[in-house]
Amino acid sequence: MKHLRRVNRKAARIERHLDEQRDVVALQRGGPPQGAPPRPHIPLGCSLLFSPGWEADSSGGAAGLCQPVERDLFDCHLGCFWPAQVPDQLNHSPDWTSKCAAAQKDWRKIDLIFP
Amino acid sequence: MSLLALGEFHRFSAAESDFLYLVPSAAVFQLDEPSRAVLDLLGAGPLPVAAILEQLPYPADALRETIAELIGARALRYANAQPESVPRELPPSGFPLSTLVLNVSNQCNLSCAYCYEYGEDKIVDTAFGAQPKFMSQATADAAVDFLLGQCGPQKLVHLTFFGGETLLNFRVVKTTIAYARQRAEQAGKRIDFSLTTNATLLSEEIIEYLAENEVGVTISIDGPREMQDQFRVYHNGVGSYDVIAPKIRSLLQRHRSRPIGARVTLTSQTLDAGRIFRHLREEIGFWEVGFAPVTTSPNRLYAIGESGFDRMLAQFRELADEFLECSAAGRHHGFSNVRDTLEEIHKGVSKAYPCGAGLGLMGVSTDGDVALCHRFAGSDSHKIGSVGNGIDRQVQVRWLEQHHIAEKTDCSRCWARPLCSGGCYHEAHVRYGDTAHPNLHYCEWIRGWTDTCLRIYGALWVRNPKFLEQLDQEPEYETSAAS
Repeated sequence: MKHLRRVNRKAARIERHLDEQRDVVALQRGGPPQGAPPRPHIPLGCSLLFSPGWEADSSGGAAGLCQPVERDLFDCHLGCFWPAQVPDQLNHSPDWTSKCAAAQKDWRKIDLIFP
Repeated sequence: MSLLALGEFHRFSAAESDFLYLVPSAAVFQLDEPSRAVLDLLGAGPLPVAAILEQLPYPADALRETIAELIGARALRYANAQPESVPRELPPSGFPLSTLVLNVSNQCNLSCAYCYEYGEDKIVDTAFGAQPKFMSQATADAAVDFLLGQCGPQKLVHLTFFGGETLLNFRVVKTTIAYARQRAEQAGKRIDFSLTTNATLLSEEIIEYLAENEVGVTISIDGPREMQDQFRVYHNGVGSYDVIAPKIRSLLQRHRSRPIGARVTLTSQTLDAGRIFRHLREEIGFWEVGFAPVTTSPNRLYAIGESGFDRMLAQFRELADEFLECSAAGRHHGFSNVRDTLEEIHKGVSKAYPCGAGLGLMGVSTDGDVALCHRFAGSDSHKIGSVGNGIDRQVQVRWLEQHHIAEKTDCSRCWARPLCSGGCYHEAHVRYGDTAHPNLHYCEWIRGWTDTCLRIYGALWVRNPKFLEQLDQEPEYETSAAS
């Protein structure tokens, strides 16, 4: 954390918790940084295909999925019959995926759009 | 459109820095300039992220980071998100007992008008009740076995002797300490002893014994002569100050193996914490002095009313400022109310229950019944077992369910609840006739006092972080139960 400076022990625990959760572990290569304990990763009901799904990891969240949720969002946006909640690319944000050439590699580059 | 709004926290300043005390996590963070600005802006009402980025004169990246950190720490939340409910998790079943308070006597040689045990607000009929006046050796030994049997994997347990006047049954105290030492050794545990006394019966022999056996001693005393003698009198009305003062001085001179603390009951007629502190700490020489307002129904003359709580807070603040200056300079001060709260703030304690009563601490009456704590010892309606038959787990679980902070609706919006959690059960019982009732008569005082302690904590973090490092270690000594 850069802007909030931990003071008591509980703040240190929160900081540790947030640091651990800072990144998704999905399509990364090379495993966790050296010295860090391996993170548990047990996908639950996770689709192995690149197609939209309603998925949760072992903790009920989305951070530990084998595919990032952004991948799903992108897939919804491209080809799904279900009306996915994606940015308005006709008026407000026509270029929101312009930096994402290949979803598997570039999904981090999809722009964050604030409504 | 997602609006960001302020989460639940108490903001405070100390030593020219701004801090957040987050609720209910009890984490303390120091704010930098952008985070301060974001909170100031949202103080006027919820806003979308884009508006925050637009209105504040910081780079967008820095603001985005700040917002993410504030959301992560729960200082900000999405305005349309459902408020999180308090998890109502009970402690694991078979929670280990760590402290047992033995009421070795229910008789007292003093007759303090405000006493919760004998005075006008007593719970148990100590004069004509069915219980024996003194705890027998067999009951005390059974209590030791009960403690060692219920302490689970804990290596260190505490046995505290209490009364009535504890020293009226000193014979049993001595024999029990010897028995407990032997039983603890067999069980591979360490056991620590303490007692609370009014000091009237301290003799050279007793003092020698307490010092040699490293028994922690807390003295119930109300201050200089005119304050002590107002309430702490013998049955014939004669004050006790002249009897106890020389005895306490010899105790303090001889007993160096544990710090000796004074425990003061404040009433509306003796409300001068500064003067009391100076007398007990500087003139008599106690290592530390702790204060508690008298527990009483509101209509008693000595009850502290609303204006009294304000006065008490002002007096406590003065002492707390002295505490800060001493601690910042690395000197001992001895105002134990601050030190105890600082330790809880430092650990980030967020309580589901105000204290360990009925959980890690229990009280035993003279006949061996086990109650929530020493203040309820002997009361049939607050009994949760007996030293012979163990803890009635069903009663305990029902009690824990009823007293969880999630059940106290009045507390659900108070920022001080991580530390207060509704306050003392006994106080609530005397005031409202219900142990599960939050102590609403002192909410303002608790918030004022918690804010003061947070400021001292923040100031020490800036001025003398070494002091806070001491709080990381377990306290060297545990004080005995409050009288």
